[in-house]
Amino acid sequence: MIRIKNKQYNLVGGFLGWVWLLIVVIPIYYIVVTSLRDQSEIYSTNPLSLPSKPTLDAYGRVFANDFLLYIGNTLFVTLVTVVLTLLVTIMAAYAITRRADGPARTIYKVIIVGLAIPMQATIIPVYYLIIKMGLYDTLWAIILPSVGFAIPITVMILCNFLRDIPQSLFEAMEVDGASEFKIMFKLAIPMIKPAIITVAIYDALQVWNGFLFPLILTQSQSNRVITMSLWAFQGQFTVDIPGLLAAVVVSVIPLLTAYIFGRKQMVAGLTAGFSK
Amino acid sequence: MANAIYQKEDDDRRSTSAKLPKNHLHRGPSLLYTAPALLFFGVFALVPLVGVAILSFTNWDGLSAITFNGLGNWNRMLNDPLVLNAIKITIILTVVSWAVQTPICILLGTFMAGPQKYRALLGVLYFIPLLFSSTAVAITFKKLLDPNFGVGRAFGIDWLAHNWLGDPKTALYAIIFVVSWCFIPLHSLLYQGAVRQVPTSMYEAATIDGAGTVRQFFSITLPQLKYTFATDSTLMIVGSLTYFDLVYVMTAGGPGNATRILPLDMYLKGFKSYDMGGASVVGVIILALGIAVSLILNRLSGSDKMESQMEGA
Repeated sequence: MIRIKNKQYNLVGGFLGWVWLLIVVIPIYYIVVTSLRDQSEIYSTNPLSLPSKPTLDAYGRVFANDFLLYIGNTLFVTLVTVVLTLLVTIMAAYAITRRADGPARTIYKVIIVGLAIPMQATIIPVYYLIIKMGLYDTLWAIILPSVGFAIPITVMILCNFLRDIPQSLFEAMEVDGASEFKIMFKLAIPMIKPAIITVAIYDALQVWNGFLFPLILTQSQSNRVITMSLWAFQGQFTVDIPGLLAAVVVSVIPLLTAYIFGRKQMVAGLTAGFSK
Repeated sequence: MANAIYQKEDDDRRSTSAKLPKNHLHRGPSLLYTAPALLFFGVFALVPLVGVAILSFTNWDGLSAITFNGLGNWNRMLNDPLVLNAIKITIILTVVSWAVQTPICILLGTFMAGPQKYRALLGVLYFIPLLFSSTAVAITFKKLLDPNFGVGRAFGIDWLAHNWLGDPKTALYAIIFVVSWCFIPLHSLLYQGAVRQVPTSMYEAATIDGAGTVRQFFSITLPQLKYTFATDSTLMIVGSLTYFDLVYVMTAGGPGNATRILPLDMYLKGFKSYDMGGASVVGVIILALGIAVSLILNRLSGSDKMESQMEGA
């Protein structure tokens, strides 16, 4: 009885579902086979055929180009940004929800304004500030504005979860004479751990795949992150199509691995901006 | 020390609560807990927000001193064919990509919401594009859409091996296709969640009344998706103001200026032509458009979701 509606097959949806699968899979298949192809085959064979003699040479060229350094830079930028963001937002969200008074509400409203604004439009003053701070062309030039931009959504999500903790639990700890700091660490943080993981993933993905800040705020090769190096490869490997696409494949592997092992958390993280 | 005053009010309120000992002096942590977040947000979001407006009235090449020049940049930019062209292209990109993505997302979302196992499996695969950075997607499609070694050649159909990104007539639409590839999975997921929340009893009743799948879709599913539609459209439209990286890597605004959307125009003016003042004017236009769209859609939809989130605390 419950499943009755599915007796009639959803033809349009079904058709679209399989067509979309092809649209998703073909580009992915294309980059993988092309990255395994020999350079000489690129213009002659069918682009979707399997390589006649698959080779990993292209990957060798990618790693010979300091790709590991770029992955290291990206990891550093991502980790520091996420840790800093969590540190400041957990404290803020805790104070905002615990106090729930006039000033706390005002602070929340001010922060949340950031959600309705296309922040990228403010890159020129951000560039100015970073130069004035003497941070231009350092990894910190990417980290600090990324933290600033991550704050509105992170605070909003953390507040939504903190509000669900029963007031009586806080009161019980207060009666026991626990300090606010202790209540935050022993009660609030453990109770919203899933939310913290979700926002951490969301913020990490934004930074990991970020392009605008590194483009504008860094310059030298030693400070390249993955997205910048892909972009630089594009200029450098103009004829080496397998090499360029191998770099694309390598750039996706870390997140793909994360997706395979923690699909639920990754999905929750990516869609965190939309739902609670 | 405004803090102290607020704290005092709180104490008064709290002292009526009998559960707590008399000597318990304040409710909740000090407002200082919010200071680090406010510092980061203030310096890197609020100051730049005001800063971009101020810089729009100045001359600055990115290096030398900043000088005020009144409405000079505004006059120049509002008469700049590049800016007008960028506004036009941004609107086309926004409207067309919204119109293309939304119906597909609703259908795919409804499809994925079905209880069949294979549909969930397809959902897992649909998600993979979201793991790509915009740069990776842009490079992938730049190669894939190439007339010489791209996928177009694979099927032996001549018109498919077109120079999609190199032809001013097709470049923007090729970009819309790539945008859809990136973002349809995400938006479908939102609709999937919404469809799953439609009470099954509604479909049961409709079936008993003899309504078919198509009829059910139009008279039950679609109306129930109203709020998701409003929020999702806002996200999609405001989001399309930020497709900078995708377009920059794929076409850098070209061929000619066929894909020079507003954020790209801002970047090129500021960081390639060293006209930070003019670029700031474009920045303000982007901000104004983004805020206007959020407000209008919020009003139109009558959805108070955004508002209630904003009320907060």
